[in-house]
Amino acid sequence: MAGGWISRWPVVRQLQGEDGRREAARSRRTDALRPRVEEADTVARSVCPYCAVGCGQLVYVKDGKVSQIEGDPDSPISRGRLCPKGSASKQLVTHPGRQTHVLYRRPYGTEWERLDLETAMDMIADRVVRTRRETWEQTHDGKEVRRTLGIASLGGATLDNEENYLMKKLYTALGAIQVENQARI
Amino acid sequence: MAECHPVGYQWVMEARERGAKVFHIDPRFSRTSATVDRYLQIRAGTDIVLIGALINHVLTNGLDFREYVLAYTNAATIVSEEFRDTEDLDGLFSGYDPESGRYDTTSWAYEGDTGKTEEMSEGDPRHAEAAGSDSYGARGAGSTATPPTDPTLSHPRCVYQILKRHFSRYTPERVAELCGISPEQFAELAEAVTANSGRERTTAWVYSVGWTQHSVGVQYIRSAAILQLLLGNMGRPGGGIMALRGHASIQGSTDIPTLFNLLPGYIAMPHAHRHDGLDHYLDREGGDTGWWGNRRAYVVSLLKAWWGDGATEENDYRFDYLPRLTGDHGHYATVMGQIDGKVKGYFVVGENPAVGSANGKAQRLGLANLDWLVVRDLMVVETASFWKDAPEIETGELRTEDIATEVFFMPAASHVEKEGTFTNTQRLLQWREKALDPPDDCRSDLWFYYHLGKLIRQRLGGDGIDRPVMELTWDYPEEGRHRDPSAEAVLREIGGVDADGRPLASLRELKPDGSTSCGCWIYCGVYADGVNQAARRKPRGEQGPVAPEWGWAWPANRRILYNRASADPEGRPWSERKKYVYWDAEKGRWTGPDVPDFEEDKPPSYRPPEGAKAQDALAGTDPFIMQSDGKGWLYVPSGLADGPLPAHYEPQESPIRNTLYGRQSNPARRTIDRPENPYNPPLSSRFPYVFTTSRLTEHHTAGGMSRPLPYLAELQPALFCEVSPELAAEVGLENGGWATVVTERTAIEMRVLVTGRVRPLRLGGTTVHQIVMPYHWGYGGGGLVTGDVVNDLSPIVLDPNVYIQESKAGTCDILPGRRPRGQALLALIERYRHG
Amino acid sequence: MAERMGFFTDTTLCIGCKACEVACKEWNDVPDDGFVFRATSYDNTGALGADTWRHVAFIEQDSRWLMSSDVCKHCTHAACLDVCPTGALFRTEFDTVVVQSDVCNGCGYCVPACPYGVIDRRERDGRAWKCTMCYDRLRGGLEPACAKACPTKSIQFGPLEELRVRAEERVERLHAEGMTEARLYGEDPDNGVGGAGAFFLLLDEPETYGLPPDPVVTTRDLGEMWRWAGVAAFGLAGALAACFLRRS
Repeated sequence: MAGGWISRWPVVRQLQGEDGRREAARSRRTDALRPRVEEADTVARSVCPYCAVGCGQLVYVKDGKVSQIEGDPDSPISRGRLCPKGSASKQLVTHPGRQTHVLYRRPYGTEWERLDLETAMDMIADRVVRTRRETWEQTHDGKEVRRTLGIASLGGATLDNEENYLMKKLYTALGAIQVENQARI
Repeated sequence: MAECHPVGYQWVMEARERGAKVFHIDPRFSRTSATVDRYLQIRAGTDIVLIGALINHVLTNGLDFREYVLAYTNAATIVSEEFRDTEDLDGLFSGYDPESGRYDTTSWAYEGDTGKTEEMSEGDPRHAEAAGSDSYGARGAGSTATPPTDPTLSHPRCVYQILKRHFSRYTPERVAELCGISPEQFAELAEAVTANSGRERTTAWVYSVGWTQHSVGVQYIRSAAILQLLLGNMGRPGGGIMALRGHASIQGSTDIPTLFNLLPGYIAMPHAHRHDGLDHYLDREGGDTGWWGNRRAYVVSLLKAWWGDGATEENDYRFDYLPRLTGDHGHYATVMGQIDGKVKGYFVVGENPAVGSANGKAQRLGLANLDWLVVRDLMVVETASFWKDAPEIETGELRTEDIATEVFFMPAASHVEKEGTFTNTQRLLQWREKALDPPDDCRSDLWFYYHLGKLIRQRLGGDGIDRPVMELTWDYPEEGRHRDPSAEAVLREIGGVDADGRPLASLRELKPDGSTSCGCWIYCGVYADGVNQAARRKPRGEQGPVAPEWGWAWPANRRILYNRASADPEGRPWSERKKYVYWDAEKGRWTGPDVPDFEEDKPPSYRPPEGAKAQDALAGTDPFIMQSDGKGWLYVPSGLADGPLPAHYEPQESPIRNTLYGRQSNPARRTIDRPENPYNPPLSSRFPYVFTTSRLTEHHTAGGMSRPLPYLAELQPALFCEVSPELAAEVGLENGGWATVVTERTAIEMRVLVTGRVRPLRLGGTTVHQIVMPYHWGYGGGGLVTGDVVNDLSPIVLDPNVYIQESKAGTCDILPGRRPRGQALLALIERYRHG
Repeated sequence: MAERMGFFTDTTLCIGCKACEVACKEWNDVPDDGFVFRATSYDNTGALGADTWRHVAFIEQDSRWLMSSDVCKHCTHAACLDVCPTGALFRTEFDTVVVQSDVCNGCGYCVPACPYGVIDRRERDGRAWKCTMCYDRLRGGLEPACAKACPTKSIQFGPLEELRVRAEERVERLHAEGMTEARLYGEDPDNGVGGAGAFFLLLDEPETYGLPPDPVVTTRDLGEMWRWAGVAAFGLAGALAACFLRRS
């Protein structure tokens, strides 16, 4: 600590000949400044989740949290650039208003309740099986149809291909045909 | 494009810097309009008049790219003598049944095809209710790759002559009268488009939902296709018709469709009344010539992917396990099924129909009549919270305590918390690496459906109805602390494997005998060599502008579709300037910076032998390889529900009479005539103004991914309408004040932005005012900013081909001030309804 | 010292997307600026301030819609820096002007000193804030967040001398193409602030964009004042040194 803070005091540094508005004014914090992306533990190569241009994103993670998302300069599509929505991607992922717990509204209920994930999954599976049985349609106008019109689905178009694939596969096997997506509308 | 795809727009700005002339045609003066060479304001819902007039201009003045047109399009093909055009029937094509409002399309066929397409398409009127697949546009079994033609283009029934006659009434005068674009503006556009097409130059058209969300949406795109084919702008660099899609993987959601009428790769879902076994289905679902001639390989490989070893030739590869359609099972039909109590359970996954779909009230009444609802999202969107905060609670139409719907909100993983592929608007698959685990209960949709499938299978037995689920291949490796199914394993299944489980290199390896399996034939090869091709990231600086080693484009990593057309019939580049894919006679191969969209070793001189099938039936000069005749279709003999050619019809709701034909609106459009979905009468003085909906750069769709974010919400904090100073004066609206917009559905309130960017359109003697509203707001959704739901104003009226709703052109009234609350709102609407 | 770095904002390439505003906030952790519908075209953040370090102005005219992203000018003669009594404001090795939030005591002298109305005190913490030209990123060889995000390269970052040359060429080209209204703003080293480190290509008078036509540094005579401060501090430092000697 010899010299300590006093040697950094702007007035002292200025007397030592430094320009009072340049070197002499720098705080220790200022001297230590580096871009935080340098400290990231990992960088994932990702793609913006908003429109369909498909801009490359670099997702920096530090201590288990996203510390920065910015454009991937290598991308021949976006050349490292992002629009305001793409630039807000970190906030999309990290903002405090994001809902991270299962919520349940019972029939005729007036408030949300908390439910653990496993229970919710079991309850949903029970309902699919029951509704499918109750609304099963083996034939329609004398033709074999093997389906249920009791269960429907509407997906957004930010679903991954792999997700859409498992959805269509499972629904089709279950006989649910009212399977739709933002892509129609 | 600047407004909704700003980063893609960098290439337009760069093209302009290099001398490209850019036009923007839109009812709304947006950020795009501000940065182009010429902005043309158009009345919403009239684009076919404009494009039709360009087509007429090209045909009348002989400006088509004749060599291209003759070799690569069906201009010379002769059409059945039974066909009657709108010219003959005052706005109807032949085959219209006024009773059902549907067309029997038999008479639209090529000469000699009539019997085949009858069997193929609308022979059973019930089938007319189901949206078609792509194979459906391939004419039909037994149709030949070489229908009769007249290469002199003089036969009165050849496509070229039919086109000429059909579009002759689309004149600059009609453009002025219906679109509000002056003859001078039209002339400048026509000159630019034609001068920049041909051997040396190409013109591109770019559209978004402003072209699709109409009761004639498909025909908008068709009109552009005709123009581009006539000008030789398809399959060539700098040409094409580009759909700028609005969501990260909306293209992928179509390719691997969560859509009722399709199986992966644009294969039709089987229909109860059209198809029996697999053979029958394959016979009726496409032609034998062109690439769709291979459809047995694609369908069998899909069934093998789903039912594995249990799918054998003896049991038709479990084709019987596929449920059958009997009509329209699309989104809006589903909502009506909810209101009627037929649909009991509903999954909504990253979507917000209570805000984002037309006629929001019908959507919410449907939700309120379910037994159970599962919503998966990052935020509690309005679709999840409708039971406590829907507008119908305020009006008393719904009471929270009376709504029986059980609601599960399941928090989703964000795009950085899972791995997988998006398919962008250029058909490019890009793999996303996972950056970190999702927090708390958040899980990917892949996790959700995989584990839900497992839980369901635990609950099912072995009886007939359960067997398709129990026998489904559902054994993906599990990874990580949440036991996520491996997305790479799923992608591998999608990309296809041979009998030994080795990844396939290309869709040409797919077999009809059950020895290959492939979850989506157009994605076949995405895992070639056991490598995740979509994860390739060779930096742009290390490869040419086509960048073939960045991600992977379907099919077969081809970046420009139909690129055989970038060379002349002999295989030579049309010009040095527009050189792309061409025939290297020395090597006996097609070559260029892109993967040829053609058999690489099929010479231009190839002529098909008698009786050839699939691609072998197409000549070395047939670039449009998915079509049964290898030609670009100026005229569409099969596959469309509302006509083989585009015709202008007014939107369902319009203040203007259609002066082109005696038909006001699309005779084949689908209406839903129910109390929940009243329509404003056409030409109604109660609803004198045109409205159109739009988006803003600062928000995303129904707002679930933007309204909760402070950095975006602050940039556009409130719902507003844009009106002209003239309309503001007429109605008494003040900039910054409030306005109420009224339709037969409901009334909503918003702030007012008075701007000279919006101009009243003078159409002959009539003035039409247009009101522009972005639709990103809703009543909740965890939004830092909330507002009324613009889509509550829109009616449900659908394009008959694809069942998309008409959101981009409607009529309304506008009043100064805020809307009435509670019951008073219903009273206001009643007054309007009974006018 | 490194080269002087700067911004050249070419408004003829701006599409008004506001990526710069958001990218700046994400990188610098700048709070939101309130949710107010202003009914001033598409501008709802109003002006540069403590919580808006890039601001996109929208100007609606008869036949055109002008857009321009404003930012701190990083003046050659920076009044904010001159009047700062704590040394919180300093000139970096890139010749940019940066406030050190750990030093700023919120006295606010800098606020009225700025001829552009850029620097501003944040209500929540009382301290003064403004664009740092992403000083931390520059130290790592990265470009500022706004310039990196800008989809159309309306915002260009680089050595100021290079940018000036590029801007001159751009104006010449636009003039040749008939856009005779194109002009540079703030680049002239002989102007009232000794030349801005962030300058603009405009298509109308500066006032149209909310920029002062002829800004003058408010502290032209401050060089003198610094010498005085040095003399005064000398006495104080001597006294303090004595104190410390006694304690050790």
